[in-house]
Amino acid sequence: MKTKDISVIVNGEEVRASVPVRRNLVDFLRTDAGLTGSHVGCEHGVCGACTVEVNGATVRGCLMLAVQADGATVTTVEGFAASGRSAALAAAFTRRNALQCGFCTPGMLASALGYIDRGGTADRAAIREHISGNYCRCTGYQSIVEAICDVIEERTAP
Amino acid sequence: MSVAKPLPHDSAPLHVTGQARYIDDIPTPAGTLHLAFGLSTVARGTIIGVDLSAVRAATGVVAVLTAADLPFANDVSPSNHDEPLLATGTVHYIGQPIFCVVATSHLSARKAARLGKIDYAEETPILTIEAALAANSRFEDGPRIWSKGDVDAALTRAPHRLQGRIEMGGQEHFYLEGQAALALPQEGGDMIVHSSTQHPTEIQHKVAEALGLPMNAVRCEVRRMGGGFGGKESQGNALAVACAVAARLTGKPCKMRYDRDDDMIITGKRHDFRIDYDVGYDDRGRVQGIEFTQYTRCGWAMDLSLPVADRAMLHADNAYLLPHARITSHRLKTNTQSATAYRGFGGPQGVLGVERVMDHVAHALGLDPVQVRQVNYYRAAEGGLSAPHRPAASPPEDISGTKAGQDGQDMTSRGAAGGGQRISSGTGGARRFGAEHSPQAEDYGPNTTPYGMEVTDFALHAMTDRLLASCDYAARRAAIAEWNAANPILKRGIGFSPVKFGISFTLTHLNQAGALVHVYQDGSIHLNHGGTEMGQGLFQKVAQVAASRFGVDVSAVKITATDTGKVPNTSATAASSGSDLNGMAVQAACDTIRDRMAACLADLAQTTPDKVRFAEGRVHVGAEVLSFAEAAARVYVNRVSLSATGFYKTPDLSWDRIRGQGRPFYYFAHGAAVTEVVIDTLTGENRILRTDILHDAGASLNPALDIGQVEGGYVQGAGWLTTEELVWDDKGRLRTHAPSTYKIPAVSDRPPVFNVALWDQANPAATVYRSKAVGEPPFMLGISALLALSDAVAACGPAYPALDAPATPERILTAVQKVRG
Repeated sequence: MKTKDISVIVNGEEVRASVPVRRNLVDFLRTDAGLTGSHVGCEHGVCGACTVEVNGATVRGCLMLAVQADGATVTTVEGFAASGRSAALAAAFTRRNALQCGFCTPGMLASALGYIDRGGTADRAAIREHISGNYCRCTGYQSIVEAICDVIEERTAP
Repeated sequence: MSVAKPLPHDSAPLHVTGQARYIDDIPTPAGTLHLAFGLSTVARGTIIGVDLSAVRAATGVVAVLTAADLPFANDVSPSNHDEPLLATGTVHYIGQPIFCVVATSHLSARKAARLGKIDYAEETPILTIEAALAANSRFEDGPRIWSKGDVDAALTRAPHRLQGRIEMGGQEHFYLEGQAALALPQEGGDMIVHSSTQHPTEIQHKVAEALGLPMNAVRCEVRRMGGGFGGKESQGNALAVACAVAARLTGKPCKMRYDRDDDMIITGKRHDFRIDYDVGYDDRGRVQGIEFTQYTRCGWAMDLSLPVADRAMLHADNAYLLPHARITSHRLKTNTQSATAYRGFGGPQGVLGVERVMDHVAHALGLDPVQVRQVNYYRAAEGGLSAPHRPAASPPEDISGTKAGQDGQDMTSRGAAGGGQRISSGTGGARRFGAEHSPQAEDYGPNTTPYGMEVTDFALHAMTDRLLASCDYAARRAAIAEWNAANPILKRGIGFSPVKFGISFTLTHLNQAGALVHVYQDGSIHLNHGGTEMGQGLFQKVAQVAASRFGVDVSAVKITATDTGKVPNTSATAASSGSDLNGMAVQAACDTIRDRMAACLADLAQTTPDKVRFAEGRVHVGAEVLSFAEAAARVYVNRVSLSATGFYKTPDLSWDRIRGQGRPFYYFAHGAAVTEVVIDTLTGENRILRTDILHDAGASLNPALDIGQVEGGYVQGAGWLTTEELVWDDKGRLRTHAPSTYKIPAVSDRPPVFNVALWDQANPAATVYRSKAVGEPPFMLGISALLALSDAVAACGPAYPALDAPATPERILTAVQKVRG
């Protein structure tokens, strides 16, 4: 099995590992970096449970190889929480009951942050469009859209 | 009092920070091995050659197991012992596990599992209803038939009569967390199993059988699942048993998780159904007599198919008083995945059958389908249901079945907390009603279901009225007709559907639950019960019950993982029963401890226990006020036990499933929905535009969590009937085995306008704090989406659409062309 040495900045810390070249980014995060907050749902880029941020872009952890992240900066749900970046969103998801089993939540937060931090507005249709690549089987999504709206409205409130 | 508060999910702080652990997130000891199954590639045949040499030689492979290597029982069936873990000579569906690879990594196990060379003597698989009927391939000796009245005479006598058929597809659970298990071998041959399961006791049981051990040597633990929906009631058995057997053989911890494709190919799904109907009715659409014939493909093994098919029969009436009815059910054995539990457990299929009939009859008469439904409703309960929390009339019998006084007392009198909701003094007494309140009374006989159960708590008359008013149904229906007249390409439709869902396991002995509660000397509370958390918020609702009994804040209650070593002989968390059963068991345990504390503290203060009151984190002993912690410490020092078990069994059930007679349910939960859609008549493309729901959760234990169940249930139900299509090819291969080809609702499929409200009235039955079960009933509200689509198609021409499910764009387009003639 061919391996390659890589170095990735994960949640602000450098992680060095020798990884099989076909290892997905999400498997690297879960196995080599020990960060199990990013979940594996479908492993072919549809469900969104593995969504993380790579160099500021919202990325499917199962559609990117770990070796492609060599030298990159990756942020996972644990990093969003530790830095406080997701604090308002986490509070809104909790308050709105925008989670049930919680398995989709880390990926949902990553996608939502990508929308909010790029200046997304509290336009429900636009929010729906943006997170339509993240499946949730439990909530029916109503509360998720409302939670994201809450955060944007709080931020833009005069 | 914490009960009835809309508190967030107890795990929310962990979910939003990535700390919540699912099976695959549990740190494993070094040397943990990983498993994968090698699967049958033919749907039916005999294995004539097995060459696993390439599997054994593959990188990372430690062991390869076949049926011959299993030391004891080779069975993972929840019912009939007809489901070997690994195939024994014959194969019965594409995806059946034949061998099991044990390897050093998940990926190497999966890669090696593809290298097996199996030769088969193939036989023609039985894949369809027709093929199964032709071969008489079925479970049980013949169809089950239940009847009420004289159906044939009623059909003959009726002024109008029509026949029809509806086909409805199955449904993949698509829990976001796939099936997973982890087995950790212990000293002396014991085994600990972590499993993503709704049924830890069954995991314990099947693992014990497979290891040749008594159940006390196996402990199963589950903190949470990443979704279950019924798919983890029995389908986790194979992984847990395989891990335990491999752990026993290798001495190493073993873990297995299905990747998504394997999960969809191997595990069972919702039963697909065909329902034929023959109905006689009058000019108002009032059903005089009706006959249903239900056919379902159960797949290759029995699993839970008998109770699923029973529940489809039990819900063939849904909300309607059918004076003469016959229901015939064929449980067909096919060479496909073994269909299994899925939210509603056959109920949705039975309900959809009669909802189709109502829609068809309304179309034939040119009447509003809502009116036809209202004419056919069961008669309302006398008075009680329009008055919230109204004490029941004199109870006809004591149905409490719990320790004396528990149900019948004002809860505050025992010091739980002040200012809360009073539980009525009746114990289900509102289950008598007066026929004189209904104009249909004399015409349609007693208010009984086709299985002979009197309906005494029917709430849908008032609920329907309120919902129709709040969603402005009549005006919108008129506006839609006008809009359709002006728009030749796009057509709108509106649909209404009610649900009346029976609450209790139909296998009566499953209606029991246990709990274990400890109060520590610092006043903190440790809570454990037999229910499992799959996202529904059960743990929080039960914790709210515990906190209310002790008069403390819910934060004082530590919720712990379900563990067969703490509470034994649990029933699956299924049938919507989680809060009803476990809430009551926890209440009993808490009350035992509270009574001991009260007795001890009263004794010390030379007063009587009734002078001890638990409220707002304090314990009032006469004039003295202690913190709950001080009270616990004082009781501990006085050598009184602060630990108790609790037990509950649902009262007043009796059921004969062969005769189809009895009282299988403790009560009914209700709901009603109106959905509006638009279709494109050139492509069949469609959208849900608006949904309004009024749902009956009794006196809700937690309105926020309950509304979450209603919203999620509706969207999942609408998904079943619109986008979620399972396709098998003529070899029996499931061609939709990943989300790339199987479409569950995304956020963009959710109705943009989605109004959900709870019908917040106390349950007449003496449930925990008069709440109602809420897990499954709202799923059936998704039927309103299918009816709305049918209504939109009906706007295209004179014929009845007879829209099958799922109503994919392809089916809608076909139906549009058909109604145009």
